[in-house]
Amino acid sequence: MARSTSKDAQDLFRALWSAYSATPTNLKIIDLYVMYAVFTALIQVVYMALVGSFPFNSFLSGVLSCVGTAVLAVCLRIQVNKENKEFKDLAPERAFADFVLCNLVLHLVIMNFLG
Amino acid sequence: MLLLPRMSSNLARLLLLLLFAFSICDAVALPGPISDRHRSAALELFAPQHGSFASLEESYEALRIFEILAVREKPDVRATTCPKVLENLVSSTPLKDLFYALKVNGILKCKVNGDIFKDIASRLKATVKDSKTLVDLYYSIGSLLLIKDQASDVDVLLADADGTFHSIKALSQSDGKWRYTDKPESSTYAAGLALEALAGVITLASSEIDQSKVNLVKNDILKLFDSIEKYDDGTFYFDEKLVGGHEHQGSISTTSSVVRGVFAFAAVTSGKINLPGDKILGLAKFFLGIGIPGDAKDLFNQIESLALLESNRQVVFQEQHIVVKISIPLILSLPASVYSLSNKDQLKVRVNTVLGSAAPPLTVKLVRAFSTVAKDSAVIQNKDLKYDQNSGHHVLDVLPDKVDVGIYVFVFEMVLHDADGEKVYATGGQIHVPIYVTGIVKVSNAEIAVLDNDLGSIETQKTLDLAGNDIVSLSANHLQKFRFSFQLTTPRGHAFMPHQAFLKLKHETKYEHIFVVGNAGKKFEIVLDFLGLVEKFYYLSGRYDIELTVGDAVMENSFLRPLGHLELDLPEAPTSKAPRLPPLAVDPYTRYGPKAEITHLFRTPEKRPPTQLSLIFLSLTLLPLIGFLVGLLRLGVNLRNFPSSAAPATYAILFHLGIAAVLVLYVLFWLKLDLFTTLKTTALLGVFLLFVGHRILSHLATASAKLKSA
Repeated sequence: MARSTSKDAQDLFRALWSAYSATPTNLKIIDLYVMYAVFTALIQVVYMALVGSFPFNSFLSGVLSCVGTAVLAVCLRIQVNKENKEFKDLAPERAFADFVLCNLVLHLVIMNFLG
Repeated sequence: MLLLPRMSSNLARLLLLLLFAFSICDAVALPGPISDRHRSAALELFAPQHGSFASLEESYEALRIFEILAVREKPDVRATTCPKVLENLVSSTPLKDLFYALKVNGILKCKVNGDIFKDIASRLKATVKDSKTLVDLYYSIGSLLLIKDQASDVDVLLADADGTFHSIKALSQSDGKWRYTDKPESSTYAAGLALEALAGVITLASSEIDQSKVNLVKNDILKLFDSIEKYDDGTFYFDEKLVGGHEHQGSISTTSSVVRGVFAFAAVTSGKINLPGDKILGLAKFFLGIGIPGDAKDLFNQIESLALLESNRQVVFQEQHIVVKISIPLILSLPASVYSLSNKDQLKVRVNTVLGSAAPPLTVKLVRAFSTVAKDSAVIQNKDLKYDQNSGHHVLDVLPDKVDVGIYVFVFEMVLHDADGEKVYATGGQIHVPIYVTGIVKVSNAEIAVLDNDLGSIETQKTLDLAGNDIVSLSANHLQKFRFSFQLTTPRGHAFMPHQAFLKLKHETKYEHIFVVGNAGKKFEIVLDFLGLVEKFYYLSGRYDIELTVGDAVMENSFLRPLGHLELDLPEAPTSKAPRLPPLAVDPYTRYGPKAEITHLFRTPEKRPPTQLSLIFLSLTLLPLIGFLVGLLRLGVNLRNFPSSAAPATYAILFHLGIAAVLVLYVLFWLKLDLFTTLKTTALLGVFLLFVGHRILSHLATASAKLKSA
């Protein structure tokens, strides 16, 4: 039965991949951005695990900037997604403007906390 | 005072004696009369700044002091003070300034126009009628009195003198003090002002004041003197009980105000005021006891009050009899209270008035003199002192043989030649004066011996001449005894018991031991049994320096003399109880010297990772960014939606530039800027960005809406 489970897994993965390919490009860009932010956060956590958390505020600000920008990107994706009925009346440009503004505020705070 | 260095020259001894005499002189309680030291203090305290004094009050005080003390080198301030006086002699000046201007004019006699006095006099008379406060009445009445002396043609008499007298008297209280206004706070200082004012009213009255009212005021004066304070040595003074209130005056100001008031009042009334002579003498002693005050106002109050106490306006002749209103005090003082038998000094006494002038003819009697240790037997009785015309001193030419070195009390009395003088002058009865009689104490028969154990057989014995410089060298062990003896004899041949007779043994390690030398009659002897002293000496063997100290206040040849050395052999300290040597006295200069430097221990910094590791991870962090950009390219990102027309294009470019600018600002903020500038610049950029972003995004929105509808 191992062959069937692995084949099932492969089939599942292929189905997911083809379903994903159908998403519009702008959403894919946002997803890519989120992946980028998360990977950067992971690398920082690994570094901290290696050398210890001495300037803890720097670690926090680094990780939280990645996490924060990822969260804001997710919010943008929700608002821009045309299949989302809740945000039908919100123009995507408006959502993008919010995204930019919130990011700027986030990064100001991060820069202050970086030390 | 007993530490005389080992100089046997007479000069050293004489210098020490003088030092001695000075130190004891200040301790004598008898204050002397006013002297040249007061004159120089007056010149120092009342030195004019830039040729004139600070105020008219100060000018008056200075001029009056120079006048009373007859100071020869007084500064000439006429040129600067007379203009000030003239500018203050107008009707509109405040009462206090007018008063002092007139006082200064009374001394300097500046050229003043007669009409000015008329103006001022009429204003002052109106003030006297209207005012109700003591201070205003005092100044106005005082000013009117001064105008009366300076311009005889001006009419200054008060129309309603009885009424003014009554209004001042109404402010008095039953205990002799006065109030300043209707408010209940009363003071002794105010009593002085009131008495002066009342005296002024009596002088300025056009018709005579009723004698019964005057007697009431005399009673007030007696009641005031009932509240006088005193010290144990017979000094009397006035002080204010109420602290605070109307400008609290100290005891000197209060007492001098009362003296001024009482003497002004006594001058204008007939008949006696029954003030006891000892209280007047006590007041004189109070003012003289101040010495040289450091404050200008205190010096003025002191000198002026003493001048009043000395003035003999209080003695008048009425029908061949002397009627004394207030007695004049006489002061007995001694220029020196230490008499040296070896110098054959003479006992000298001076009698003066308080300002230092000559006294009337009198004889000073030495009633008795007794030693402080034998108070009942008098060594001198009933001797008269001879008066020396040239020096003005009363001299006791020779101290009788009974008087030996020591501390005595001499009791003096002044007997006036004129029989009536007892009523005129206050001499103070019997005056007790402490006198130190010093002399050279003979030190003789000094012997040092080292004795063997209990039998007392002498191993070594040496005689020593303590007057010379020779020293001895001895040795002893712990089984022996050390004996030292000498004799002290006074100049009259009696036994002498000094304050200090110490023998000191000092080890090479600087540990010292001091022993008191006891005596039996003239012979002083000390025996040190080393067997019992081994522990006290901390088991320290070796060389000990021996020093003898003999000293007393009346001994002119007190000395501290090294006698020699003693090689002492003590047993070893038992190891079971090793002696704990006490710490030696530290040189006080090192004890308070700088302490050791403290090196600050800084907090050890945290361990940081090696630089290469950090740089590797920095590059690793940039990897996802590269991945992102690669992914974007793979997705086929393009700039096709970038607006082509000019205006939106500029907005688009500006939008991206704005965001880039904000990010650059954040980097600068991290590098070197502070939060406030960053916030300010962010706000500015944010506003710009909002505007630009709104334009481009709304343009894009409308463009996509058009596409959708189309």
